[in-house]
Amino acid sequence: MERIYRMATSVWLFPVLLTLAHPAFGQVNLGGVWNNLQILHEDEPERLPGPELGDYLGVPINDAARYRADAWDASLITLPEYQCRVHPSDYVPSFAGMRIWEEFDKDSQTLIAIHTHHFAWGTERTIWMDGRPHPPEYALHTSQGFSTGKWEGDVLAITTTHLKEGWIRRNGLPRSDRAVVTEHFIRHGDNLTIMTVIRDPPYLTEPFIRTRDYLYEIGGQIAPYPCESVEEVIRAKGIIPHHLPGTNKFLDEFPAAHGIPPQAARGGADTMYPEYQNKIRGAAPAAKADAK
Amino acid sequence: MKTLFALLIATAGLVCAQNQNAEVHVWPVQGNIYMIVGAGGNITVQVGKDGVLVVDTGLAANADKVLAAIKTISNGPIRYIINTHYHPDHTGGNVKIRLAGSTIVGANVTGDIKDAGVGAAVISHIDVLNRMSAPTGTQAPSPEAGWPTDTFLGDQKKLYFNGEGVDILHQPAAHTDGDSIVFFRRDDVISTGDIFTTTNYPIIDLAAGGSIQGTIDALQKIVDMIIPIYGQEGGTMVIPGHGRLCDFGDVLNFREMTIIIRDRIQSLIKKGMTLEQVKAARPTQDYDPLYGSTTGFWTTDKFVEAVYKSLKGEK
Repeated sequence: MERIYRMATSVWLFPVLLTLAHPAFGQVNLGGVWNNLQILHEDEPERLPGPELGDYLGVPINDAARYRADAWDASLITLPEYQCRVHPSDYVPSFAGMRIWEEFDKDSQTLIAIHTHHFAWGTERTIWMDGRPHPPEYALHTSQGFSTGKWEGDVLAITTTHLKEGWIRRNGLPRSDRAVVTEHFIRHGDNLTIMTVIRDPPYLTEPFIRTRDYLYEIGGQIAPYPCESVEEVIRAKGIIPHHLPGTNKFLDEFPAAHGIPPQAARGGADTMYPEYQNKIRGAAPAAKADAK
Repeated sequence: MKTLFALLIATAGLVCAQNQNAEVHVWPVQGNIYMIVGAGGNITVQVGKDGVLVVDTGLAANADKVLAAIKTISNGPIRYIINTHYHPDHTGGNVKIRLAGSTIVGANVTGDIKDAGVGAAVISHIDVLNRMSAPTGTQAPSPEAGWPTDTFLGDQKKLYFNGEGVDILHQPAAHTDGDSIVFFRRDDVISTGDIFTTTNYPIIDLAAGGSIQGTIDALQKIVDMIIPIYGQEGGTMVIPGHGRLCDFGDVLNFREMTIIIRDRIQSLIKKGMTLEQVKAARPTQDYDPLYGSTTGFWTTDKFVEAVYKSLKGEK
């Protein structure tokens, strides 16, 4: 009889424990190593070579952002103090592998934080899941920002503030230190999609949205990313490479190389939408570079 | 012009001071260093076994709040005030905060001069005292009880307090002619005064000896002193004259902006443009969403004018 009682108890208790183990609100495990080396074709220019100079297509920039990007000179990153500058958290998902791990309170098994470590520049980030508030505005801003997360069903929704100034694209398009970034980590089996929404009124007229995909990698490892700056170009102190207004001759290359109307290459919210094609229909494409 | 500039700053401060809801906050930086924000210019506080050292004192009207804020960090005596420059949003609290403290005296001083220990010592470059005081018989722009008591004339003054070296480095002709940056060597924190801010374009007080090139040189000095942990982050912390706590990357961004705008205005001057033509060309337009202003004490127009005049050698 006692044995039967024990069995009955086990049968009753097991589903209850299973239920307890699964939280009331949707939540998936994100821990592990994720990689995107297999899918570098997705927005490929952003992944390795970097976008072309003057390619602002599809980015809802304002005039100030455009003016600033036009002045940007890639030689800036030859300065020793710029060589090891890390990618900000809203841009780094473009690159290679990432480890995600979760931090639980030992006793309650409550999720305190989710951490990420990207291969690129070894950037690490904490996404606080314990409901803590964001710090005051006068706190330090960092490349990874201050992130808090919550579950929306099975989707991890993250809000990031306190970012250092960064970039929308690696061709000089700026993202200010006042941006608020919203991300959604969406897992479907062994696939992870990170959707990033950047709201940056100083430089964007509308939110800018992009996605990056990752594949789960069993046994994946993340290599270290040491970075040491060197003197690439001998310069006097206090020199910042940049183009004076109206002198950047590289801006014509992108539309010319791809036969795109020059005004389209200048970007802006209009250029995000399919209807823009109708707007510029009939506009003369830029002359091919080799035809010049 | 000198009086006008100080008056403008004082007026701007008065507007803040009249806001009874102005809040003063304490923010830990690292080690024994804290930042007090909301009292005017940012205030740096170093605490330890020897007492309290503050860099700048905010607006006069907020001095009581600053004293209360300091008490939340340390009950030790306020021994030193260091002024980064003379403007009243950084020196206005000198009187109350100095008198709330006391100077370390002894040996052959006590006994002879009984009040030698009254009030904290106020350290600054000599040009700060020159601009806060006035010749005998004329009206000084600030109360005597708040004047620096311990000035230096060279490029550096060294102090050892609370177990660390404090390096006070004069930066000639930057924001003014009397600017100092203060480096806490063990805690690895730099207090910059208004040479570096996050809230506006560089404020160049031409009439008080400031210049665009001096500002850039001083920013370069700060860049040279900072050692980040990795990339452009961590390591040396930087407390700006106004705005949020910063580190290497923030100073680099500010230096980059300052140099680029200097270069643009210089090239327009070389083309023979007048000040009005330079303003019309809007050489700051890409940075205006971050640092620009059309209202208040330091507008974008005033900044462009200051750079233009500085480059042309005008006051």
